[in-house]
Amino acid sequence: MSRYIGKRLLMMIPVLLGVIVVVFSIMYMTPGDPARMILGETAPASAVEELRETLGLNDSYFSQLLNYVKNVVFKFDLGNSYSSKKPVIDEILERFPTTILLATLSVAISVIVGVSMGIVSATKQYSIFDKIATSISLLGVSMPTFWAGLMAVIIFSVHLRWLPASGSYGWKYWILPSLTLGLSSSATIMRMTRSSMLEVIRQDYIRTARAKGQNERVVIIYHALKNAMIPVITVIGMRFGTLLGGSVLIESVFAIPGLGKFIIDSINMRDNPVVQGGVLLLALSFSICNLLVDILYGYLDPRIKSQYKLSKKRGLKKNVEA
Amino acid sequence: MSKRNKKGLKKGFWHDAWHRLKKNKSAMFALITLVALIICAILADYIAPYQYDLQDYNHTFEFPSKQHLLGTDNFGRDMLSRIIYGSRISLLVGFSSIIAAIIFGGLLGAVSGYYGGKVDNILMRAMDILMAIPGMLLAISLAAALKPGLFNLVIAIAIADIPGYARVVRASVLTIKDQEYIEAAQCIGASDSRIIFRHIIPNCLAPIIVQATLGMAGAILSASALSFLGLGIQPPTPEWGSMLSSARQYIRTYWHMTTFPGVAIMITIFALNVLGDGLRDALDPRLKN
Repeated sequence: MSRYIGKRLLMMIPVLLGVIVVVFSIMYMTPGDPARMILGETAPASAVEELRETLGLNDSYFSQLLNYVKNVVFKFDLGNSYSSKKPVIDEILERFPTTILLATLSVAISVIVGVSMGIVSATKQYSIFDKIATSISLLGVSMPTFWAGLMAVIIFSVHLRWLPASGSYGWKYWILPSLTLGLSSSATIMRMTRSSMLEVIRQDYIRTARAKGQNERVVIIYHALKNAMIPVITVIGMRFGTLLGGSVLIESVFAIPGLGKFIIDSINMRDNPVVQGGVLLLALSFSICNLLVDILYGYLDPRIKSQYKLSKKRGLKKNVEA
Repeated sequence: MSKRNKKGLKKGFWHDAWHRLKKNKSAMFALITLVALIICAILADYIAPYQYDLQDYNHTFEFPSKQHLLGTDNFGRDMLSRIIYGSRISLLVGFSSIIAAIIFGGLLGAVSGYYGGKVDNILMRAMDILMAIPGMLLAISLAAALKPGLFNLVIAIAIADIPGYARVVRASVLTIKDQEYIEAAQCIGASDSRIIFRHIIPNCLAPIIVQATLGMAGAILSASALSFLGLGIQPPTPEWGSMLSSARQYIRTYWHMTTFPGVAIMITIFALNVLGDGLRDALDPRLKN
């Protein structure tokens, strides 16, 4: 197992290098002159030219890219933000906890709501509850999260005046954004739990458990749920990864000073080092999330664990597909 | 048993699938909704009660009424007409970006699954890189790099979607490639491109169609999100996301401006999702009796 984890960690290195190259190239192509953005419209052309020279913007694409990669890999230096002049690494790490907190809260909500609704729907298949829950979840999947956020603002802050609409100055400010994100991702988790439970409930060992007179609740929780949760956990893990990068819109709807909003603002200000560093950090956490899910998978399902061991002989390819 | 024609079983499969889909009431309802939406988009000039850019400063911020069924916006433009015209952009962007993503992603996946080895390794590692960047962020930075506009919006969304299709197609190709009829085709000397286009791609169409229907929902959502952030379609062109974006500042007073464009998005996505689910059930041979 540790050999497998080591291999996966090593494989992350080329992927992240690739991410650096892709993001660098995208930002290089983006129209607009960062030096002009920093100095403003009225600055004289000579000053802009001088700043371009100091920032290294006049170098060729390859020497800029090489320089950037060298700094990241050997000095772990993501450069300085153009607008605040502070090191990018400090700037993004200052905002990352906010994004992590938002993602964690939302995932917690979506797991509680999604898994419990999924179980009830599956155990009472085709009941009224099941029909209502599946249609609501389908509606939830169909709603753009940013619009759901706006609707929540209209209902809960404008009309009912229960909760603040935007900002982050205390726990009250977290309720609407995390509920919006959490409930909208609970729809996916509910659908996954339901279909996975339905598949497991029809297995022979569940019939055996029932046949020996086991309490229905014990059958559902200990026999069925444990096995049904395996695919659900993948979805939850991937959801967490997506939320880290996908909370961009909710952060901008609710004006939460997280990493996503910071990256968007920096794209608009052409603050390239921040965008590159921010996306790199998100890609890194996304990859780590996926790795953790795969490891957890192995612990939950011994069949998969034995596959990891087998794959030693067959090379890495099968692992990636798993 | 369904009728067999010249092509033998293949026609039968699609025929049966259509029969199964027809029995699924909610999927048919979704299909009808989508057809209605498409007709709305095509005939917008005749259906919309007003011109989408007709400004009327005597009737700004009006709540829904008989003259303006969904009210008017900050320029006194009719919301209903703007939403009807907006469906053109959303459906167009959703459809064309998925087609582009399928063509490029599908080709990459087919090539990499069919040839295997080094080609597969290189292509799939490239896909891993694209997959490692959260999709929304990739689309956002691409949209920023390409300047706002319809065509660039399509490209930004398509590129972010390519890895997903490449993986689906590669997985189906891997299962198909070792089947006997492919071996037979190779034995009689069919070229690689003939095998890929004539034998492999038609046989992995079913999962692609399902993925495409659900993917179109995702593409429309991304398009509206990008426009909402100001990176997609620019005003005054009516697009649901950019309508939401400009309505946002009036959220405290004029709820109708933020509500209706979102409902339009939701109906479209809902129909696509239901149809996608229905198609999956209809095309899944395991459920075939």
